Amino acid sequence: MKIHEYQAKQILYNFGVQIPQGEVAETPEKAREIAERIGPKVVLKAQVHAGGRGKGGGIKLANNPEEVEKLAQEMIGMTLVTHQTGPEGKLVKRILVEEALDIDKELYVGIVIDRAKEAPVVMASSEGGVEIEKVAAETPELIFKEYINPATGFLSFQSRKLAFKLGLRGDTFKQGVKFITGLYKAFQATDASLAEINPFLITKQGNVLALDAKMNFDDNAIPRHKDIAEMRDLDEEEPLEVEASKYDLNYIKLDGNVGCMVNGAGLAMATMDLIMHTGGMPANFLDVGGGVSEEAVKNAFRILVSDKDVKAALINIFGGIVRCDLVASGIVKAAKEVGLNVPMVVRLEGTNVEQGKKILQESGLSFHSASSMREAAEKVVPLAPRGQ
Amino acid sequence: MSILIDETTRVVVQGITGGEGSFHSQRMLEYGTKVVAGVTPGKGGQIHLDVPVFNTVAEAVEKEEANASAIFVPPFFAADAIMEAVEAGVKVIVCITEGIPTFDMIKAKQYLKGTDCKLIGPNTPGIISPGKCKIGIMPGHIHTQGTIGIISRSGTLTYEAVQQVSLQGYGQSTAIGIGGDPIVGLKFIDLLKLFKEDEGTEAVILIGEIGGTAEEEAAEYIKEEFPKPVVSFIAGQTAPPGRRMGHAGAIIAGGKGTAKEKMEALENAGVLVAKSPAEIGAKVKEALS
Repeated sequence: MKIHEYQAKQILYNFGVQIPQGEVAETPEKAREIAERIGPKVVLKAQVHAGGRGKGGGIKLANNPEEVEKLAQEMIGMTLVTHQTGPEGKLVKRILVEEALDIDKELYVGIVIDRAKEAPVVMASSEGGVEIEKVAAETPELIFKEYINPATGFLSFQSRKLAFKLGLRGDTFKQGVKFITGLYKAFQATDASLAEINPFLITKQGNVLALDAKMNFDDNAIPRHKDIAEMRDLDEEEPLEVEASKYDLNYIKLDGNVGCMVNGAGLAMATMDLIMHTGGMPANFLDVGGGVSEEAVKNAFRILVSDKDVKAALINIFGGIVRCDLVASGIVKAAKEVGLNVPMVVRLEGTNVEQGKKILQESGLSFHSASSMREAAEKVVPLAPRGQ
Repeated sequence: MSILIDETTRVVVQGITGGEGSFHSQRMLEYGTKVVAGVTPGKGGQIHLDVPVFNTVAEAVEKEEANASAIFVPPFFAADAIMEAVEAGVKVIVCITEGIPTFDMIKAKQYLKGTDCKLIGPNTPGIISPGKCKIGIMPGHIHTQGTIGIISRSGTLTYEAVQQVSLQGYGQSTAIGIGGDPIVGLKFIDLLKLFKEDEGTEAVILIGEIGGTAEEEAAEYIKEEFPKPVVSFIAGQTAPPGRRMGHAGAIIAGGKGTAKEKMEALENAGVLVAKSPAEIGAKVKEALS
């Protein structure tokens, strides 16, 4: 799960990470009022779940409250397009108004789970303000890493090591150690999957602050963090994906026009790949779960056909323990209830497969039956010509 | 022949009285698996599915000599269940539970270090040595005894592969789902090492997916040390970056973990890589001809 910058900063602040003075505003008047308190010079930052905001016009400097109100007027309600939002962009509903600071240095600190080492890794770099992937690719020697032993947690010496490597000295060093330690505490306490401060700022006065902040969380752990669950902003997500998540379905919208509904995530991805190899493009990823309950099939069906880009659909169910006749009845029931508005190819495999096929054929609905994955893909792709 | 489990394996089911645990214990018993005990804290002394239920795994090991475990407990209690089984001296732990927080798994893996216990999963369909023993939720009847080893990060896609190789006339020595989470017990390399020593395994199918570097690590090992033919398919060639594709571990993060990288690494290691999932069976035939 993702949250906004202003929310991440609030969490980090609670763990001792220093952040600039600031507040979030949903109206130009409120932005002006904040600027009058903390200004006069402030930075306005669009709050959307995407990086690259500066280049897209989502971060602006204002010199006085009048200018703040004028710029806020332009920013709130704008559609911000960055390299991470896609061409359709994202609607800006609120902006963060923050004090403008005198920047001396921009550093980086971030934490992720290293899957190969099976441990969190704290990464720091003297090269802040640019994408860390770029630094990793071009100058990996400028990224310093400390792996966390889960039995001990992040140790003081590890934090000191990183701060020294970043070239921090004196009081700035002390602040830096506290800052990095605080970031780790927040990461662990919230079951985060990513906590990143970029840039990690050193001011001309020698103070350390989080100029930007990004946190993502482990979806599996969200049920034990009610406060974080409440920070979810449904406006930032694809509406069909939000709908699917209500029913515990895994749905991701893609660019193609061949819809698919599959049981199991691996088989769902493989089905998308097969559609591509057969000359089509998948419209979505949709996993109804290994168990294929009738309720799941019905909801999945509704979501699948409500995507206007879908011109034909492939249902690929490897039943296993689940009986195909039950799955077929579920599909027919869902199709009758929701309305079958695109051609649909169904491939069922498992116990009672013949009875399942018969149920589909006798339903009076226009299902196309297939016996293998390959046959299903070969049937569905011509039904959804590209460019339509 | 088979790896890790066979007809002598004695299974304790943790969470045997729950809905999933009960349903699948019944299926395992029907398959012929020796389910010798169940564990549900507070229900010790009961009999469920004709199997004695204990309060702790330690008791199940002591009284019924269980040497393998199947875990069906809810996600927030599953890491604890894994560690309880390790402590009790169970040798093979199969954790079916999906949705365990990553931090919990990091602790459980730390706990496993230095022991000779082998963890399969979590978020796995389990392991099956056809005709001998099944620990998990996969449909037993689609499997046949044979000489192909299967290692997969998926569930139903593994069943698809099993069916395709069956149509080519091959059965399986052992099929293992290693789990769809970012942090799992045994990985591709650990299982390849076991299949290398297993005389009953002629060739191996490795089914990977986007996310992490386990396939690349396996490719390095295959190139240097694995003498048997390997066929592979990587799911997620059309997956967009930055999105979790159902499995918690199936995500391309920071441009890393793409299907393309994995397929290239495996091809460079001499693995026969099926581009399309419909070609897995045919590739196995090609590898063995």
